[in-house]
Amino acid sequence: MQLVAEALTSIRGGRTLFSGLSFAVGAGEALVLTGPNGAGKTTLIRTIAGFLTPASGRFRLEPGDAEHSLGEQCHYVGHLNAIKSGLSVEENAAFWCGFLGGMPSRIQPALAAFGLTGLRDIPAAYLSAGQKRRLGLSRLLLAERPLWLLDEPTVSLDRASQEMLTGAMEGHLAAGGLVVVATHTPLALSQSRELRLGGATSEPARPA
Amino acid sequence: MQTLTQSLANPTRFLALSARLLPWIAAASALVIAIGLGLVFTAPPDYQMGHTVKIMFVHVPAAWLSMFVYALIAVSSFGLLVFRHPLADVSAKAAAPLGAAFTFLALVTGMLWGKPMWGAFWVWDPRLTSVLLLFFLYLGLIALRSSIDEEALAAKLTATLSLVGIVILPVIKFSVDWNSLHQPASVMRLGAPTIHASLLWPLLVMAAGMTLLFAALHVKAMRNEILRRRVKALRAFAADAAGGLAGQAAG
Amino acid sequence: MSALMRPFWQLVRRDVSLAWKDGGAIGVALGFYLMVVTLLPLGIGPDLALLTRIAPGVLWVALLLAALLSLARMFETDLEDGSLEVLATGPLPLVAIAAAKSLAHWITTGLPLTVLAPVLGLLLNLPPEGYGVLVASMLAGTPAVSFVGAVGAALTLRTRRGGLLLALLMLPLFVPTLIFGIDTVREAILNSAAFWPAFLILSAISLTALVLAPIAAAAALRFQLQQ
Repeated sequence: MQLVAEALTSIRGGRTLFSGLSFAVGAGEALVLTGPNGAGKTTLIRTIAGFLTPASGRFRLEPGDAEHSLGEQCHYVGHLNAIKSGLSVEENAAFWCGFLGGMPSRIQPALAAFGLTGLRDIPAAYLSAGQKRRLGLSRLLLAERPLWLLDEPTVSLDRASQEMLTGAMEGHLAAGGLVVVATHTPLALSQSRELRLGGATSEPARPA
Repeated sequence: MQTLTQSLANPTRFLALSARLLPWIAAASALVIAIGLGLVFTAPPDYQMGHTVKIMFVHVPAAWLSMFVYALIAVSSFGLLVFRHPLADVSAKAAAPLGAAFTFLALVTGMLWGKPMWGAFWVWDPRLTSVLLLFFLYLGLIALRSSIDEEALAAKLTATLSLVGIVILPVIKFSVDWNSLHQPASVMRLGAPTIHASLLWPLLVMAAGMTLLFAALHVKAMRNEILRRRVKALRAFAADAAGGLAGQAAG
Repeated sequence: MSALMRPFWQLVRRDVSLAWKDGGAIGVALGFYLMVVTLLPLGIGPDLALLTRIAPGVLWVALLLAALLSLARMFETDLEDGSLEVLATGPLPLVAIAAAKSLAHWITTGLPLTVLAPVLGLLLNLPPEGYGVLVASMLAGTPAVSFVGAVGAALTLRTRRGGLLLALLMLPLFVPTLIFGIDTVREAILNSAAFWPAFLILSAISLTALVLAPIAAAAALRFQLQQ
């Protein structure tokens, strides 16, 4: 399985963020997006997730699943955690597990992998920023999706928590999954390539 | 029709074409309205209503236009969402305040006509009530667009709202008519005056003149909007270029 | 299709349980309903015959206002905490997500208000023939309020003055449901033949809203996510 992008061009607010971008990510590979703020890392990730349409170009997962859009075959973890303060840690996890189509047996291992077992019954409102981030990241293990799209996943995470994340990512890669991750901090991943955005490919669009 | 919209799709060509046509449209509208007003003032007074019936010659065309402009906005919105026509949003954005103005004109002239007829400025006559609700739909479009900063998002959301509105409009009209039928305190119905030929011509001429007036104002507003967007894009480009130079100088 | 029903009901259940735990939202809507219906006779005076005449109208209008209070928040929290994006990557199409949240809004706002309405009818001297019909009309009409309201909620996400703008947008869109809802009750009290057409049209409007409104709401949500 691989993710293939061909000549992706994105224009947002009159600015060309990237143009003619092509890349391929193979099974077991992580593509690390680097570059300054505003370079288009978030835009690229959100485009692959299906929220934004590129101005031109195509991308696809090979082999494709005709029944599901690409967005449905990925885990998207953006800047926000997608957790509800009114629900407990376990209730949050149980909801996403059920909604995203995972088996309930995955809930406890997912919470354990991110060190949240002891916080199971705590309402999410009482969690610290790092704990909330970990709860959001635990979503990655609640359901099986081939492609992980991560946008600055290490924000609010201390060293130990970052290792939980890289552990989960390594496990996913070892099982043949794909990862596209935008990050400022270096991630110690075994199989990763860097794609730097925000260089010559980014320029303001000339007005018509 | 297809090739016309295609040929106008390019904003530059639209600007060039409209620059040539606009003076003619404006002149035609002034001429037709002048003729219409002449016909209005020489038309015979109505047997029952006297000269006050002549407000109809502004009220009825204004009401027609208020509905026509909304339909135009709906078509433009469809053009934006389905065909991504480059001028669709410009057309919709320019038309909304104009449509609201004609609707307001219809409301005010309706009230001025109603006072001598019914003794009160507002009696919830079904037709005026429908126009009032149409006025709220226009206000909603304008308010929604003005409260969203990102222009692309504002365009799409406003287009969605106008399409929802055009679907609901017949239902609103039907429900307001139903309401006036079943109200126990029945409202004095505003009977449509029987149109004699002597009254029909002034009406049609005024309608044509006011439609031309709308066309002239709409084209002008579209030109303004296109130019405004260009200025904005040029400023953004200049800011980026300056930022790049400064970055190079510093780095 | 059945594969979609499970996540659909999970989403409905989550929203209902969140609203229930929050408690405040349902309480505010009910409290507002009570307040408006109480203040009106105080303002108009205890002319019982007059109150009877205006009771159907007041009960419906106040219900719309109370429902409006919670509409603005329908998608707000999900957008703010990032849940909406993750929901969009799930098995449910956006149309189904919009429908699920509209249904949850009806359960947590429309239904409680409908239950309170006959109680408030007592305050307005609603005649005995009116109570059953009042509840029936609201059961038939409040789905339209929630589902059409969802369109407004999706359009006004993230805008300044969102609540005020929502009220302005919803005003014309609620008029058909309002008119036929009130007329259903009024005609039933008068025991007139126009009751059935009014009730059927009211139900038809709601059913149409159930189908069409989520499409518009989903389109608006998609545009909002593109930001």
